[in-house]
Amino acid sequence: MTAHVLAASVIPARAQMGATLGFHIVFACFGIAMPAIVLIAHWRGLRRGDAVSLLLARRWSKVMAVLFAVGAVSGTVLSYELGLLWPGLMSVFGPAFGIPFSAEAIWFFVEAIFTAIYLYGWRRLPPWLHWWTGVPLVISGLLGAFSVVAANAWMNQPSGFTLDHGRITHVDPWAVIFNKATPYEVPHMILAAYMVAGFTIAGVYAVGLLRGRRDRYHRLGFIYSFATAAVCAPIQVVFGDFVARAIEAQQPQKFAAMELVSRTHPGVTEWIGGIYWHGHVYFGIGIPDFDSLLVGYSPHKTVIGWDAVPASLRAPLPDLIHLSFDLMIGLGMLLLVLGAWQGWFALFRRRLLMTRWFLLPAALAGLAAITAMEAGWIVTEVGRQPWVVYGYLRTADAVTPSAGVPVMLGVVLVLYAILTAVVIGVPALMARRWRREDPGREPDRASIPGPPPEMADSRERG
Amino acid sequence: MMAAAPSWEAVTVGTALATSMAAYALFAGADFGGGIWDLAAGSSARGRRARDAIDASVTPVWEGNQVWIVLGLVLLWTGFPSAFAAITIALLVPLAASALGLVLRGVGFAFGHEAIHPAGKRLTGALFATSSLVAPFFLGTAVGAVVTGRIPLSSHGLDNAAWTTPTALVTGGLFVAACAFIGAVYLVGDARRRGHDDLVPYFGRRAILGGLVTGVLAAVNLALLHGSAPYVFRRLTGVALPLMIVSVLAGGAAVALILLRRQWLLRIFGALSVAAVVAAWGLAQYPYLFPTSLGVAEAAAPDTSQLAEIVVIGMAAVLVVPSFAYLYWLQQHGRLKHDSASVQLRRAARAEDRPPAPAAAGRFPRLLTGVIVVVAAIQMVLERRRRHYS
Repeated sequence: MTAHVLAASVIPARAQMGATLGFHIVFACFGIAMPAIVLIAHWRGLRRGDAVSLLLARRWSKVMAVLFAVGAVSGTVLSYELGLLWPGLMSVFGPAFGIPFSAEAIWFFVEAIFTAIYLYGWRRLPPWLHWWTGVPLVISGLLGAFSVVAANAWMNQPSGFTLDHGRITHVDPWAVIFNKATPYEVPHMILAAYMVAGFTIAGVYAVGLLRGRRDRYHRLGFIYSFATAAVCAPIQVVFGDFVARAIEAQQPQKFAAMELVSRTHPGVTEWIGGIYWHGHVYFGIGIPDFDSLLVGYSPHKTVIGWDAVPASLRAPLPDLIHLSFDLMIGLGMLLLVLGAWQGWFALFRRRLLMTRWFLLPAALAGLAAITAMEAGWIVTEVGRQPWVVYGYLRTADAVTPSAGVPVMLGVVLVLYAILTAVVIGVPALMARRWRREDPGREPDRASIPGPPPEMADSRERG
Repeated sequence: MMAAAPSWEAVTVGTALATSMAAYALFAGADFGGGIWDLAAGSSARGRRARDAIDASVTPVWEGNQVWIVLGLVLLWTGFPSAFAAITIALLVPLAASALGLVLRGVGFAFGHEAIHPAGKRLTGALFATSSLVAPFFLGTAVGAVVTGRIPLSSHGLDNAAWTTPTALVTGGLFVAACAFIGAVYLVGDARRRGHDDLVPYFGRRAILGGLVTGVLAAVNLALLHGSAPYVFRRLTGVALPLMIVSVLAGGAAVALILLRRQWLLRIFGALSVAAVVAAWGLAQYPYLFPTSLGVAEAAAPDTSQLAEIVVIGMAAVLVVPSFAYLYWLQQHGRLKHDSASVQLRRAARAEDRPPAPAAAGRFPRLLTGVIVVVAAIQMVLERRRRHYS
């Protein structure tokens, strides 16, 4: 009976968790990947005495600091939420699940410290020493992503603990951190982070270029970020294939939902798009035997369908999982094509492609990358249901019995409204100030009342 | 009934937890104190110098300081998971309020440096200052609830009675006063370093005021603990008494140094007075996590998890402590400043700017054409709207 009572709060709790994670992950991407992009511009600026690159790095470091602060806040809220919403998860599995999170605290600390040093060290540190203070940001971003995604991988492939009467009695930290899902989830997410950050920043400059700001500042700002993301795209596509096969082997129920495999049989059709309804897939493009071919390199390979387990253990909403999966792959392919298009020009024609036809999709590439990443997380997280710790603990048994969920939901909504305002508002204010400061841009300066640009520095606090 | 003796691993993690709390109280506490004195600095014109000094002291370090609580949080949740779950469920309201305070503080800070209009600056400044008051108060009430042993072990929801007892509320006030004290002590040192001779006595007076209020509230709290937490009271006046005496003496020494206008060891004494209280609190609770319902040994995760946490603590000692020291060293030597790109750099960037190569129409894959036409249509509509509104 209790199971039914508890299950009542599962949906709101999951919705809240999903919203929080979906929000946080976007900023986490910038925390992971943006330092590398800033350091590339900074390095070129120092190496070649290039003032434009230096100016870009300097301005990006400020945006990076704001995004890092928002990511830090939403991440802290998440760690509160894990305890508040899922006490069944934390109180039982905390001794194992918490280990990778503790390591993350260290990397987060390093990142916070060096973000401050890098951001405020522009004027008074020796230039190359200052560049090196940015390097810990790149490393701690990678290792921090490793720690957190390893925790999620553990939820998908739990290992390294002994459970005795509902209490963990022994933990093997290495087996927890390097569980079976870590080797594919971690690189997949890190590549996604670089694509999200790179394509989003490139999108901002693509819009500027489309509006006729075709100066070197905008071209360089575009190409540093676009190139970083475009290099990751093909690696991600090849790697993603490996990820899908690993999921087929480790979590057949998730895979069945991803590919709409309703019954276990050989020669499974690959559906592109489509909605499952009473045993049939409608509106989809079906390629016979192709799914079996992708999974087992043979058209006769048997793929496990969701009929292999009772309905209560199947992943819910297979249509959502399948369409999210297809959306992720489709957008990933489009981004690959976009990057290759620019790469073709850069390699074989020795110049950058800056036409309107290229810049229009490039302006939307960031949005596409974010959508693809969110869709990927929907596949991972919804596909893991009904488990929160795969095979050990059901989500319905982990949820809080507390009546306080609506209170918290209210607080979280207020918080995220504010954070969204910060994320959009602060960089927008910065960009407005930068355009006004820019000595060569007469019309913008004239249109906004304020002191002349020479006084901009003295107006700054500090 | 006495709780079982915990393993050395659990004691180590518990000590590290208390240490990160002490570090949070010292470093983030000083930032909160800065915000509180910002709030009390009066009108825009009168408080400008003080506010600028506070801003310059807090800006480069506040974010790093906040991470001490995250470290404490993960140590608590991995090392003592059942205690973490019980605290987060019962104390949802004060924890959420303090988190909201932390967020709004960051927001005020981020916007404050970009706000142009005086009204916007005032608003963001007020946000920063008010939340500096809110965050430590609610954290204090949460600690008060833990000390008085009011956290139910098998939680079934919010427990607002736990953190609204007189002891918990006074603890909240005590946290605010201690932040104000340590913040002012820190600012005295910074004012002297920067050669702001008028601000040295200004913050000195505030440090003395903060110290006196802290002392009074601490005495009241101790008297309240006699009734509300007899176990903790007994230990505070017994085994932890030397630490209490150290705290009082160090606080007194800091006040005396300010009165004598001496800089020597001022911050050390100020920090010692706060750190000793946190240590006394930890010692007074031992061997309980929630006196006297949950022992450290009962709440502890398996020893192998604790060992992993000890490795994490070791990493913190090797990676975080030197980085943190470097950050403070740079700040104390005036190497970290908030400023925008210089006019020279912008001029140079402009001078380097060459006109772009003439754009040739690129060939594009046919597959993309349909998508791009739609996108172009949307862009054109947006463009028209933008023109329309501008």
